[in-house]
Amino acid sequence: METHGDQRAMAEEKFILIPGRTSRQGCGISEGKFGTNYREEIQTLQMSPQDMARLQLKDGDWVRVATEHGSVEVPVVAAKADELPPGVLFIAYGELSSRLMGADTHGSGMPTSKGLDVTLTKCSPPEMPAGRHTPAN
Amino acid sequence: MIDRERSGAAEPELKIVEDATCTFCGCVCDDIELHVQGDRIVEAKRACVLGTAWFLNHHVEDRPACLIRGKPASVEEGIHEAARILAEAKYPLVYGLSDTTVEAQRVAASLADWLGACLDTTTSVCHGPSGMAFQGVGEVTCSLGEVRNRGDLIIFWGSNPAESHPRHFTKYSLMPKGLFVPNGRRDRTCVVVDVRKTKSAKAADIFIQIKPRADFEALWTLRALAKGLELDARQVEQDTGQPLAVWQDLVERMKRARFGVIFFGMGLTMTRGKHANSEALLALTRDLNRHTRFVCKPNRGHGNVTGADNVVSWRTGFPFGVNLARGYPRFNPGEYTAADVLARGEADAALILASDPMANFSQPAREHLKRIPYVALDPKETPTTRHATVAFTVATYGINVPGTVYRMDDVPIPLRPAFPSPFPSDQEILEGIERLVRQWKYPRPQPGLSLRPAAAGSLHR
Repeated sequence: METHGDQRAMAEEKFILIPGRTSRQGCGISEGKFGTNYREEIQTLQMSPQDMARLQLKDGDWVRVATEHGSVEVPVVAAKADELPPGVLFIAYGELSSRLMGADTHGSGMPTSKGLDVTLTKCSPPEMPAGRHTPAN
Repeated sequence: MIDRERSGAAEPELKIVEDATCTFCGCVCDDIELHVQGDRIVEAKRACVLGTAWFLNHHVEDRPACLIRGKPASVEEGIHEAARILAEAKYPLVYGLSDTTVEAQRVAASLADWLGACLDTTTSVCHGPSGMAFQGVGEVTCSLGEVRNRGDLIIFWGSNPAESHPRHFTKYSLMPKGLFVPNGRRDRTCVVVDVRKTKSAKAADIFIQIKPRADFEALWTLRALAKGLELDARQVEQDTGQPLAVWQDLVERMKRARFGVIFFGMGLTMTRGKHANSEALLALTRDLNRHTRFVCKPNRGHGNVTGADNVVSWRTGFPFGVNLARGYPRFNPGEYTAADVLARGEADAALILASDPMANFSQPAREHLKRIPYVALDPKETPTTRHATVAFTVATYGINVPGTVYRMDDVPIPLRPAFPSPFPSDQEILEGIERLVRQWKYPRPQPGLSLRPAAAGSLHR
């Protein structure tokens, strides 16, 4: 897997990732999938404020989120109030969340798309903004 | 439809379309008042935030009606090239269907049949596992009108309608004053079960936050309690993340309800367990009918995904994931579903209708789709249309195109378009492709000649 950024500040942390719908993502589909609203929404990771504090992360810091199937690099922001419990991450459905899921549907036609085991490390922001991705292998 | 036209001096003519239908989500609200100026909708009264974005952003775009390998072409050339790609394929895939009219879906199913294709819809990556569960357990169900008039205990499980179906609460499930719930919200109890404290949780009377990936355990706990079995409190809390007392309280509320409803979402179907999660919820609903009236409904996302289930069912006998290669339909999720057919590298051509697998499928599936020739139909430019061999810009259903869609409770709703589009409809493109495919693969038999289909090599060019 290709490696980017500075990982000295933080060891690899384990989380469970829940991709899901948001109003802004839904509006962005109608506005156009190459528009700013949609791109920003699907390329921002949410984390509980407790985990942000524990990992010494602040809004806008960049992190790499990886599964055994691929990885993406995104900015992280604190989830509002108590929307997310510690240990759980959220990202709006889109191209980046899809890169983290495997192809196996376990005989159902549906890849496991929520409740993904992921690892998270801090990385440096890219020169080109938002949404770098590195498919596994 | 009542159109009132008013003249303005300098302004373009203003047209008002009453009772227009929003096709963004499965609520399919049909009480929208549209204000239309020329080829733009300038106001959508009563629409939610998603509906407003839907109506105000679907105007006539300055794009070619057809691109072949990225170059502008006529619609006729595009139809010819699309038909050639599909007719020459050995294992074509027809996928999508959920954001178009029933009339277009019907033609897509026919085309898949002529092609001997795999026919699959976005249901397979949405509530497909629930479709499998319906076959295994059955579904105790009702219309949204019954929920509005009768529902006094409303449970949302793994579903966040505050963001995905913003008018769900006000139009059907929580706020309306109904025949047997005359005081509206005050006569209803709302429970949200989720791993996140979503915006919907904030509208609930009771929020039950479960451990991620513990839906099945929580539902099985409720089934056991509904049957009066004794459970180990420590084990229940360890498995579900909530004390046994919380589940006992919920079961008692369920039994006491006069008309209970569980709306469930992709928190169940996309998480480990998938159809087993949905089966547990359907079985719980069935069990509760020993005590009171209880129903459940999946909250469906796309505007006509329920229509896709209905059309594919009445054309093939199965709701999604259907293979027609042998001349008769075979159903097998995991084998004939699009995510699998692509990820395994099986399909050698595809028709993608009103969906965006290039954004939503796994990396292996997307890489294979990039390698094969495929045809895409969409009103907007998407990652899927950008990589398509033949990409059609089509008119938008409900805004430019009349027809029928099915609301999430299987109620058919007519569309009342706002203004015409210069682009063809999905149905027109599909009928053109179907006509050529039929001519080439099944030419009218001559006296004394075999009725077997013509070989791919003999196709007219």
